[in-house]
Amino acid sequence: MRNEASDVLNQFRLGEVDAFEELFRRHQRAVYGWILRITRDPSAAEELTVESFWRIYQARARFDPAQGFEGWARRIATRAALDWLRASRTKRELSLEDCTEAAAPAQADPAVTAEIRMKTALAFGRLPPKLRIAATLAVIEELPHKEVASALGISIAAVKVRVFRALRLLRNDLGEQGITP
Amino acid sequence: MNTNDEERMKKLLRQSLPPVKSDAGPERDLWPQMLRRLDAETAAPASIGWAWFDGALAAGLVGLVAIFPSAIPVLLYYL
Repeated sequence: MRNEASDVLNQFRLGEVDAFEELFRRHQRAVYGWILRITRDPSAAEELTVESFWRIYQARARFDPAQGFEGWARRIATRAALDWLRASRTKRELSLEDCTEAAAPAQADPAVTAEIRMKTALAFGRLPPKLRIAATLAVIEELPHKEVASALGISIAAVKVRVFRALRLLRNDLGEQGITP
Repeated sequence: MNTNDEERMKKLLRQSLPPVKSDAGPERDLWPQMLRRLDAETAAPASIGWAWFDGALAAGLVGLVAIFPSAIPVLLYYL
Protein backbone atom coordinates (compact mmCIF):
# COMPACT_ATOMS: atom_id res chain seq x y z
CA MET A 1 0.00 0.00 0.00
CA ARG A 2 2.81 2.36 0.98
CA ASN A 3 4.77 1.35 -2.10
CA GLU A 4 1.71 2.00 -4.23
CA ALA A 5 1.35 5.51 -2.78
CA SER A 6 5.03 6.13 -3.29
CA ASP A 7 4.75 4.94 -6.90
CA VAL A 8 1.94 7.40 -7.53
CA LEU A 9 4.03 10.24 -6.09
CA ASN A 10 7.02 9.29 -8.19
CA GLN A 11 4.92 9.03 -11.33
CA PHE A 12 3.40 12.40 -10.54
CA ARG A 13 6.88 13.90 -10.31
CA LEU A 14 7.57 12.56 -13.78
CA GLY A 15 4.47 14.34 -15.09
CA GLU A 16 2.16 11.33 -15.47
CA VAL A 17 -1.36 12.74 -15.78
CA ASP A 18 -2.95 9.54 -14.43
CA ALA A 19 -0.94 9.83 -11.23
CA PHE A 20 -1.82 13.51 -11.00
CA GLU A 21 -5.51 12.65 -11.41
CA GLU A 22 -5.27 10.12 -8.59
CA LEU A 23 -3.67 12.69 -6.30
CA PHE A 24 -6.23 15.29 -7.36
CA ARG A 25 -9.16 13.02 -6.57
CA ARG A 26 -7.62 11.96 -3.28
CA HIS A 27 -6.86 15.49 -2.06
CA GLN A 28 -9.32 17.86 -3.80
CA ARG A 29 -11.77 17.79 -0.89
CA ALA A 30 -9.10 18.61 1.70
CA VAL A 31 -7.60 21.38 -0.45
CA TYR A 32 -11.04 22.84 -1.18
CA GLY A 33 -11.97 22.75 2.52
CA TRP A 34 -8.74 24.46 3.47
CA ILE A 35 -9.18 27.22 0.90
CA LEU A 36 -12.82 27.69 1.90
CA ARG A 37 -11.73 28.31 5.47
CA ILE A 38 -9.55 31.17 4.23
CA THR A 39 -11.77 32.70 1.55
CA ARG A 40 -15.24 31.83 2.97
CA ASP A 41 -16.42 31.89 -0.64
CA PRO A 42 -17.44 28.51 -2.14
CA SER A 43 -17.15 29.59 -5.76
CA ALA A 44 -13.72 31.16 -5.18
CA ALA A 45 -12.68 28.01 -3.28
CA GLU A 46 -13.55 25.86 -6.31
CA GLU A 47 -11.63 28.13 -8.65
CA LEU A 48 -8.66 28.27 -6.29
CA THR A 49 -8.63 24.50 -5.83
CA VAL A 50 -8.07 24.14 -9.57
CA GLU A 51 -5.51 26.97 -9.52
CA SER A 52 -3.67 25.31 -6.61
CA PHE A 53 -3.53 21.96 -8.34
CA TRP A 54 -2.31 23.66 -11.50
CA ARG A 55 0.51 25.22 -9.46
CA ILE A 56 1.14 21.82 -7.87
CA TYR A 57 1.41 20.22 -11.30
CA GLN A 58 3.78 22.92 -12.51
CA ALA A 59 5.98 22.56 -9.43
CA ARG A 60 6.00 18.75 -9.50
CA ALA A 61 9.74 18.56 -10.17
CA ARG A 62 10.42 20.36 -6.88
CA PHE A 63 8.20 18.01 -4.88
CA ASP A 64 10.02 15.91 -2.30
CA PRO A 65 8.03 12.69 -1.67
CA ALA A 66 9.74 12.33 1.71
CA GLN A 67 8.00 15.51 2.93
CA GLY A 68 4.51 14.24 2.11
CA PHE A 69 2.02 15.55 -0.42
CA GLU A 70 -0.67 16.94 1.85
CA GLY A 71 1.43 19.55 3.66
CA TRP A 72 3.06 20.64 0.42
CA ALA A 73 -0.30 20.95 -1.31
CA ARG A 74 -1.67 22.91 1.64
CA ARG A 75 1.20 25.41 1.47
CA ILE A 76 0.62 25.95 -2.24
CA ALA A 77 -3.14 26.29 -1.67
CA THR A 78 -2.51 28.82 1.10
CA ARG A 79 -0.35 30.92 -1.24
CA ALA A 80 -3.03 30.76 -3.94
CA ALA A 81 -5.67 31.84 -1.42
CA LEU A 82 -3.42 34.66 -0.20
CA ASP A 83 -2.95 35.87 -3.78
CA TRP A 84 -6.73 35.82 -4.18
CA LEU A 85 -7.23 37.82 -0.98
CA ARG A 86 -4.70 40.39 -2.20
CA ALA A 87 -6.25 40.63 -5.66
CA SER A 88 -9.80 40.82 -4.43
CA ARG A 89 -9.08 43.20 -1.58
CA THR A 90 -9.67 46.29 -3.64
CA LYS A 91 -12.77 45.07 -5.41
CA ARG A 92 -14.29 42.92 -2.70
CA GLU A 93 -13.91 43.29 1.00
CA LEU A 94 -16.18 41.02 2.97
CA SER A 95 -19.55 40.98 1.32
CA LEU A 96 -22.84 41.37 3.08
CA GLU A 97 -23.36 37.65 2.45
CA ASP A 98 -20.35 36.85 4.65
CA CYS A 99 -21.83 39.01 7.35
CA THR A 100 -25.35 37.62 7.24
CA GLU A 101 -23.81 34.18 7.42
CA ALA A 102 -22.20 35.42 10.60
CA ALA A 103 -25.34 37.05 11.89
CA ALA A 104 -26.54 34.42 14.31
CA PRO A 105 -23.91 32.07 15.65
CA ALA A 106 -25.17 29.45 18.06
CA GLN A 107 -23.18 30.71 21.06
CA ALA A 108 -23.77 34.42 20.37
CA ASP A 109 -23.36 36.77 23.29
CA PRO A 110 -26.68 38.69 23.58
CA ALA A 111 -24.74 41.85 24.43
CA VAL A 112 -23.11 41.74 20.99
CA THR A 113 -25.67 42.98 18.51
CA ALA A 114 -25.96 41.89 14.89
CA GLU A 115 -24.76 45.36 13.88
CA ILE A 116 -21.57 45.00 15.92
CA ARG A 117 -20.96 41.56 14.44
CA MET A 118 -21.45 42.93 10.95
CA LYS A 119 -19.12 45.88 11.57
CA THR A 120 -16.53 43.52 13.04
CA ALA A 121 -16.76 41.24 10.00
CA LEU A 122 -16.40 44.21 7.64
CA ALA A 123 -13.45 45.62 9.62
CA PHE A 124 -11.83 42.19 9.52
CA GLY A 125 -12.17 42.24 5.73
CA ARG A 126 -10.20 45.50 5.65
CA LEU A 127 -7.15 43.98 7.37
CA PRO A 128 -4.00 43.35 5.32
CA PRO A 129 -4.36 39.86 3.78
CA LYS A 130 -1.25 38.46 5.51
CA LEU A 131 -2.66 39.36 8.92
CA ARG A 132 -6.17 38.34 7.99
CA ILE A 133 -5.15 34.87 6.87
CA ALA A 134 -3.19 34.23 10.10
CA ALA A 135 -6.09 35.44 12.27
CA THR A 136 -8.63 33.46 10.23
CA LEU A 137 -6.77 30.20 10.73
CA ALA A 138 -5.55 30.73 14.29
CA VAL A 139 -8.49 32.60 15.84
CA ILE A 140 -11.63 31.86 13.84
CA GLU A 141 -10.77 28.30 12.84
CA GLU A 142 -8.86 27.75 16.09
CA LEU A 143 -6.13 25.72 14.41
CA PRO A 144 -2.90 25.05 16.31
CA HIS A 145 -0.25 27.72 15.69
CA LYS A 146 2.11 25.02 14.48
CA GLU A 147 -0.30 24.02 11.72
CA VAL A 148 -0.86 27.65 10.71
CA ALA A 149 2.89 28.31 10.68
CA SER A 150 3.50 25.31 8.47
CA ALA A 151 0.78 26.34 6.00
CA LEU A 152 2.05 29.92 5.82
CA GLY A 153 5.71 28.91 5.72
CA ILE A 154 6.59 31.10 8.73
CA SER A 155 7.60 30.48 12.34
CA ILE A 156 5.16 29.99 15.21
CA ALA A 157 6.39 33.28 16.71
CA ALA A 158 5.59 35.05 13.44
CA VAL A 159 2.07 33.61 13.50
CA LYS A 160 1.57 34.96 17.01
CA VAL A 161 2.84 38.39 15.96
CA ARG A 162 0.54 38.48 12.95
CA VAL A 163 -2.46 37.45 15.01
CA PHE A 164 -1.66 40.07 17.63
CA ARG A 165 -1.27 42.79 14.99
CA ALA A 166 -4.51 41.72 13.32
CA LEU A 167 -6.43 41.94 16.59
CA ARG A 168 -4.89 45.30 17.45
CA LEU A 169 -5.74 46.78 14.04
CA LEU A 170 -9.24 45.36 14.32
CA ARG A 171 -9.69 46.88 17.76
CA ASN A 172 -8.45 50.27 16.48
CA ASP A 173 -10.77 50.12 13.46
CA LEU A 174 -13.76 49.28 15.66
CA GLY A 175 -12.67 51.95 18.17
CA GLU A 176 -12.85 54.56 15.39
CA GLN A 177 -16.43 53.47 14.80
CA GLY A 178 -17.23 53.88 18.48
CA ILE A 179 -17.26 50.16 19.23
CA THR A 180 -15.29 49.03 22.28
CA PRO A 181 -15.39 45.28 22.72
CA MET B 1 -3.45 45.73 24.05
CA ASN B 2 -3.41 43.50 27.11
CA THR B 3 -4.35 39.82 27.35
CA ASN B 4 -7.94 40.57 28.35
CA ASP B 5 -8.41 42.86 25.34
CA GLU B 6 -6.91 40.18 23.14
CA GLU B 7 -9.27 37.52 24.45
CA ARG B 8 -12.28 39.84 24.06
CA MET B 9 -11.30 40.59 20.47
CA LYS B 10 -10.91 36.88 19.72
CA LYS B 11 -14.33 36.14 21.17
CA LEU B 12 -15.94 38.97 19.21
CA LEU B 13 -14.26 37.80 16.02
CA ARG B 14 -15.48 34.23 16.47
CA GLN B 15 -19.01 35.49 17.08
CA SER B 16 -18.87 37.70 14.00
CA LEU B 17 -17.32 35.16 11.66
CA PRO B 18 -18.05 31.62 12.84
CA PRO B 19 -15.71 28.86 11.63
CA VAL B 20 -16.37 27.12 8.34
CA LYS B 21 -17.41 23.46 8.60
CA SER B 22 -14.17 21.52 8.39
CA ASP B 23 -15.73 18.68 6.38
CA ALA B 24 -16.96 21.01 3.62
CA GLY B 25 -16.25 19.71 0.13
CA PRO B 26 -16.87 21.03 -3.38
CA GLU B 27 -20.39 20.60 -4.72
CA ARG B 28 -19.09 18.90 -7.88
CA ASP B 29 -16.13 16.95 -9.10
CA LEU B 30 -13.48 19.50 -10.09
CA TRP B 31 -11.37 17.12 -12.19
CA PRO B 32 -13.07 18.00 -15.53
CA GLN B 33 -12.30 21.67 -14.82
CA MET B 34 -8.72 20.75 -13.92
CA LEU B 35 -8.37 18.75 -17.13
CA ARG B 36 -9.60 21.69 -19.21
CA ARG B 37 -7.03 23.91 -17.49
CA LEU B 38 -4.25 21.40 -18.18
CA ASP B 39 -5.28 21.09 -21.84
CA ALA B 40 -5.53 24.85 -22.31
CA GLU B 41 -2.19 25.57 -20.67
CA THR B 42 -0.27 22.81 -22.42
CA ALA B 43 -1.84 23.47 -25.85
CA ALA B 44 -1.31 27.24 -25.77
CA PRO B 45 1.85 28.27 -27.62
CA ALA B 46 4.34 30.22 -25.59
CA SER B 47 3.37 33.84 -26.12
CA ILE B 48 5.96 36.32 -27.20
CA GLY B 49 4.72 38.57 -24.46
CA TRP B 50 5.29 41.96 -26.07
CA ALA B 51 4.41 44.70 -23.69
CA TRP B 52 3.17 48.08 -24.88
CA PHE B 53 6.56 49.48 -23.94
CA ASP B 54 8.33 47.09 -26.34
CA GLY B 55 5.99 48.16 -29.15
CA ALA B 56 6.53 51.85 -28.42
CA LEU B 57 10.31 51.36 -28.36
CA ALA B 58 10.27 49.53 -31.69
CA ALA B 59 8.06 52.23 -33.25
CA GLY B 60 10.38 54.92 -31.91
CA LEU B 61 13.43 53.22 -33.44
CA VAL B 62 11.72 52.82 -36.81
CA GLY B 63 10.75 56.50 -36.72
CA LEU B 64 14.27 57.53 -35.78
CA VAL B 65 15.78 55.51 -38.61
CA ALA B 66 13.23 56.91 -41.09
CA ILE B 67 14.01 60.51 -40.12
CA PHE B 68 17.76 60.09 -39.59
CA PRO B 69 19.00 57.27 -41.86
CA SER B 70 22.55 58.24 -40.95
CA ALA B 71 21.85 56.94 -37.43
CA ILE B 72 21.69 53.34 -38.71
CA PRO B 73 25.45 52.62 -38.36
CA VAL B 74 25.43 54.13 -34.87
CA LEU B 75 22.46 51.96 -33.88
CA LEU B 76 24.06 48.88 -35.36
CA TYR B 77 27.24 49.64 -33.45
CA TYR B 78 25.34 49.69 -30.15
CA LEU B 79 23.22 46.60 -30.85
